[in-house]
Amino acid sequence: MHAFTTHTGIVAPLDRANVDTDAIIPKQYLKSIKRSGFGPNAFDDWRYLTPGEPGMNHGQRAKNPDFVLNQSPYDQATILLARQNFGCGSSREHAVWALTDFGFRVVIAPSFADIFFNNSFKTGLLPIALPEDSVDELFREVAAHTGYQLTIDLASQKIIKPDGSAIEFSVDAFRKQCLIEGADDIDLTLKHAADITAYEAQRQQTAPWLFLDKRA
Amino acid sequence: MAGKTLFDKIFDAHIVREQADGTVLLYIDRHLVHEVTSPQAFEGLRMANRKPWRVGAMLAVPDHNVPTTNRLRGIDDLVSREQVETLDRNCAEFGVQEFAMNDKRQGIVHVIGPEEGFTLPGTTIVCGDSHTSTHGAFGALAFGIGTSEVEHVMATQTLLQKRAKTMQVRVDGQLGVGVTAKDVVLAIIGKIGTAGGTGYAVEFAGSAIESLSVEGRMSVCNMAIEGGARAGMVAVDEKTIEYFRGRPFAPQGELFEQAAAEWRTLTSDLDAVFDKVVVLDAAEIAPQVSWGTSPEMVVPVSATVPDPANEPDAVKADGMRKALVYMGLTANTPIEQIQIDKVFIGSCTNARIEDLRAAAAVIGNGKVAANVTLAMVVPGSGLVREQAEKEGLDKIFLNAGFEWREPGCSMCLAMNADRLEPGERCASTSNRNFEGRQGQGGRTHLVSPAMAAAAAIAGHFVDVRQL
Repeated sequence: MHAFTTHTGIVAPLDRANVDTDAIIPKQYLKSIKRSGFGPNAFDDWRYLTPGEPGMNHGQRAKNPDFVLNQSPYDQATILLARQNFGCGSSREHAVWALTDFGFRVVIAPSFADIFFNNSFKTGLLPIALPEDSVDELFREVAAHTGYQLTIDLASQKIIKPDGSAIEFSVDAFRKQCLIEGADDIDLTLKHAADITAYEAQRQQTAPWLFLDKRA
Repeated sequence: MAGKTLFDKIFDAHIVREQADGTVLLYIDRHLVHEVTSPQAFEGLRMANRKPWRVGAMLAVPDHNVPTTNRLRGIDDLVSREQVETLDRNCAEFGVQEFAMNDKRQGIVHVIGPEEGFTLPGTTIVCGDSHTSTHGAFGALAFGIGTSEVEHVMATQTLLQKRAKTMQVRVDGQLGVGVTAKDVVLAIIGKIGTAGGTGYAVEFAGSAIESLSVEGRMSVCNMAIEGGARAGMVAVDEKTIEYFRGRPFAPQGELFEQAAAEWRTLTSDLDAVFDKVVVLDAAEIAPQVSWGTSPEMVVPVSATVPDPANEPDAVKADGMRKALVYMGLTANTPIEQIQIDKVFIGSCTNARIEDLRAAAAVIGNGKVAANVTLAMVVPGSGLVREQAEKEGLDKIFLNAGFEWREPGCSMCLAMNADRLEPGERCASTSNRNFEGRQGQGGRTHLVSPAMAAAAAIAGHFVDVRQL
C-alpha cells in the first residue's frame, strides 16, 4: 500500500451529492482482472461524450468539456471535493483504484458510504469527512481562486489552506498509523495467527456445525 | 445492564482479539466469492506466496458476467470470458469449491448461499459484493467488502472491524394486499434516505417483518445497503430454522437440532437498546416506484413525480433536477402515466421462486404490451429455474411474451450482454437506479415483481392493487 504522510495538490470541485461507485467506475471496466489501469475510465459516463468499452483507446474519445475533471487546472487535481454520501452503492474497490490511478490522493466530503470509506484506506486514498459548512466554504474558495491548493498533513490531522489557516479533521488512530507506515494489513493480522487458531478450536467445540467444511 | 441486540450477540461471538482502540479482529465463518471482485485478491495471495486460511469456508460462483442465453456455447465477450475463466482457474489452483457456469446449482451468489445452506444463522458472512447484506435475513451478520478485504479474509479468515452502531427499523401492522417486501424496503429507504443507515447495522423488526417469508426478508435485507447500512438483519424464528432443514451444506440430524437450539437465541433481547429506532406503519405502505437516480427517490404508485421547487434543501433540489433530466421526466407527472420500454424481473433482490410466482400470478393470461420491446425473467439460480419450470411458471411467462432466461445478475448491472440502450426506460425488480446502471443512458424504475409484471402487461406503471 502507498504510504500517506503529507500531500499538497490542486482541489477539484465535484458538486454533487450521492456520487455512486457506478459513476466513479462503470461496470464494463470491472471485467479487468488487474488492479491498475482504471484512471482513464474514472467517471467515464460524465467524462466522455461517447460510450466506452474496455480495450478502446480512451485518449481518442471525445471529452465532455463541461465536466470539471476535463477542465484545466482540475485535470491535474489530486484532491477531490464532493458532497454527502460520496462512494455509495457497490463494494467495488475498483472505484478507489480508478481515483488513485487518475491521481487523487485525498477525497473531502461531508460524508462517505461505509464500504468505499473502508476500501480507500487499503489503497492509500485518504477520505476526509468535514462538517457541511466547512465543505461549503471550501467549494466557495475553490470557485474564487483558480488552481486552489490544499496541503493535507496526516500526522497532525490538519488541512492547511493557502492563507496558512488550518482545518482539523479526525481519523481513526489505527487506520492513520497503517497509512503513515504503508503497512500491510495481512502481515499485521498474521502476527496473531495463534489467536485465530485458538478461536477456531474453541468455536469448533461450541458450534461444530460451522466446521463441516462440506464439499457437496 | 441492558440486554444485547442481535448484532451485538453475533459480533461478540466472533471476536478473536480486540485492540485498545476498539478495533476488533473478527472471525469470518463464510466467504462467498464471485468473478468480479476476486481475481486481484487471488493474485495478491500468489504474489505473497500465501494460501487460503480455510478453504472449506469459501464457496465461489460466476454470476455477474455470465450470459443468460445459449450458455452451452460459452461467453462471446472475450473480456467477460477471461474473468470467468480466471475464477475457474483460481478455484482449481487454490482448492476452492465452485459452482461453475454450467453447474445446475450456479446462480446469483446471494441466492445460492442460502439455497445451499452455506449461509447459516448466527454466522459472519462476507463477499466482495455490497448486496451481501441479503444473508442477514437469516439472523446472520453479513456485509459486503472490497477486494483488499477479500484477500484479507482469504489469507486470515478474519477482518479488522469497528463495532457498528445499531438501528432498529420496525414495521408494525399488516401489509395491504399487493404490497410486498420490496415495497417495504423501498418505503424504508424513502424515509431514512440513501445515507440514513451509514455506520449502522440495521435490524428489521415488527409484526410486518415477522409475517414476511424468509425470501421476503431477504429482499428487505438485500437493500439495506441502499439505505447506507452495510448489514441488514432479521431475528431468527421457526420459519428461519425450517428453511435450513435438509439443505446440502446445513447440519443434518442431531447436529441440526443442536444448531437449531442455538439459533433460537438469535434475537435481540427485549431490553436491548438500539442507537436509533425508526418506525413505519405497514398499513400506510403502498406499492412503490422509484422515479430518480438514487433509491431514495421513490414514491407510491399513486403519486406524481416530485417537484424540486418544493425541496427546501438546495443540494437535494439540485440532485432532483439532475435526476429529472437524466430520467427524461417532468415534475408532477403521474407515475401511472410513465410508459416503459423494457421489463427486467431478476437480480439478488427479486429472483427467487416466490418472486417469480408473484409475477406469474399477476400476468395470468395477459400479454406483454406492444410498446414493451423486451420483457425478461432471469431466475436467481439454476435450482430456482428448475422449480419454476416444475410449476409451469415458465409457460406463463413465455405465453405472455416474456423471455425466459438462464440465471445470473444480468440486467441488474449489465456486465453481460443484457442491457438498456440510451434513453430506454425499464421497470426493474433490481436494487439500483443509478445513472447508467442498467446500460449507459438507461433509465431504471425500481419496483416489486408484481408491479413489474403489471407494468409489462399495461405498458406503463399501474397500481397492482387495482387489477
